[in-house]
Amino acid sequence: MKVIFWILVFPGFLFSSIIGMLLTWVDRKVTARIHWRVGPPWFQPFADFFKLLSKETLIPVNASRFLFLMAPILSIIAITAVGTMLFTMNFYPNMSFLGDLIVLIYLLTLPPLATILGASASKNPLAAVGASREMTLYFGYELPFITAIIITIIKTGGTIRIGDIVTYQHIHGPILYSVSGIIATLVALICMQAKLGYVPFDIAEAEQELMAGVYTEYSGFALALFKLSKAMMLFLLPCFLITIFWGGFVTWWAILKLLLLVVLIILIKNTNPRLRVDQALKFFWVGLMPLAVLGVILAFFKL
Amino acid sequence: MKDFRIWGLKKSPWVFHVAAASCNNCDIEILAALTPRFDVERFGIVLVGSPRHADALLVTGVINRKTLPRVIQVYQQTPKPCLVIGVGTCSCSKHMFEDSYNVVGPYDKHIPVDVYIPGCPPKPEAIILGVVKALQKL
Ligand code: SF4
Repeated sequence: MKVIFWILVFPGFLFSSIIGMLLTWVDRKVTARIHWRVGPPWFQPFADFFKLLSKETLIPVNASRFLFLMAPILSIIAITAVGTMLFTMNFYPNMSFLGDLIVLIYLLTLPPLATILGASASKNPLAAVGASREMTLYFGYELPFITAIIITIIKTGGTIRIGDIVTYQHIHGPILYSVSGIIATLVALICMQAKLGYVPFDIAEAEQELMAGVYTEYSGFALALFKLSKAMMLFLLPCFLITIFWGGFVTWWAILKLLLLVVLIILIKNTNPRLRVDQALKFFWVGLMPLAVLGVILAFFKL
Repeated sequence: MKDFRIWGLKKSPWVFHVAAASCNNCDIEILAALTPRFDVERFGIVLVGSPRHADALLVTGVINRKTLPRVIQVYQQTPKPCLVIGVGTCSCSKHMFEDSYNVVGPYDKHIPVDVYIPGCPPKPEAIILGVVKALQKL
């Protein structure tokens, strides 16, 4: 009973989706202020969501029906699991089990995978180009992201339990306050930008080239679920970063940290042009990867 | 429940721009209406890139034998309920192409149109007013 409540209401689905949608409003509002506009009212993401729910869901004739409708559901289930696990392990470190960090990393890779599956299932040429770009980008950012997490694992003495990482940071201070910690957070922050699909890495749904990229064929209910899982990602990825690098959710300061990270993401999004896909790959492997490896070496020397 | 749906539709109309053989001037005015100066995102209006996401189609230009099948196709690809808004005098009538062999008449002979916005080209304010009028019909 308690577990169902956790999954469906408090740290799970309902809570993270509402906070996620409010954060997408923050995103749109800050963007509007940067453009010197007024911006949408606070209920805008909710209006968008309910409108999409009430519309028709069209399925292309040639599409693989099952996969096309399964992909958004897969995405939303994965991200709900991330939310539930992340918060229960922050609040009750004892509930953490061995290897849950690895489980979380896998669950976080599922939403991009679901978009690739859905786009390929829709048999639209534009969506296919978007899917191939998303795949390339995915290979680009996943390596530095995991390397950055390895820095935390080394610094906490080789633990892969989130509960232990949170407790360690509670006693010894956050990972961020050291040279290798700063490097790790920086690398993870940039990878997060790509995971969210925001400018400069919004290559997969580049509006000017690919119409709506991977989401081209989606409408109604399925599109609403994709939008919702994106909103939840916007909430949960910064939470993941705070848990791993910045002390976890043990004090109320964590809320300020969350807002700071989100505004930082939005500022990066609004002040950069889009990269080409080969440039993005080069940036991740040639630019970011050596930095992450440097961080790992520093972490071995306890810096 | 029904009120709720209509509320959602009224508060977030996503528009898709169908340029069906206009002289491009109406298109430019539509783009002007989307600039920060008019800030249509205040009302939740967003330009989307795919007809599958659209709630309102902004159709410009005089309809002719070449573009008619395309416009009908785009209309069929849009999930219902959707609004169709004709922008410019061209879409309201045959405009200066009255005697042309190629023109097949105003839009509502072929697809249901909710609002016509006259003007050659209409001002961005007029376009926004037209969208608001179309939403009031819901
Ligand atoms: S109404 Fe005027 S401006 Fe608009 S497409 Fe027709 S001729 Fe061009």
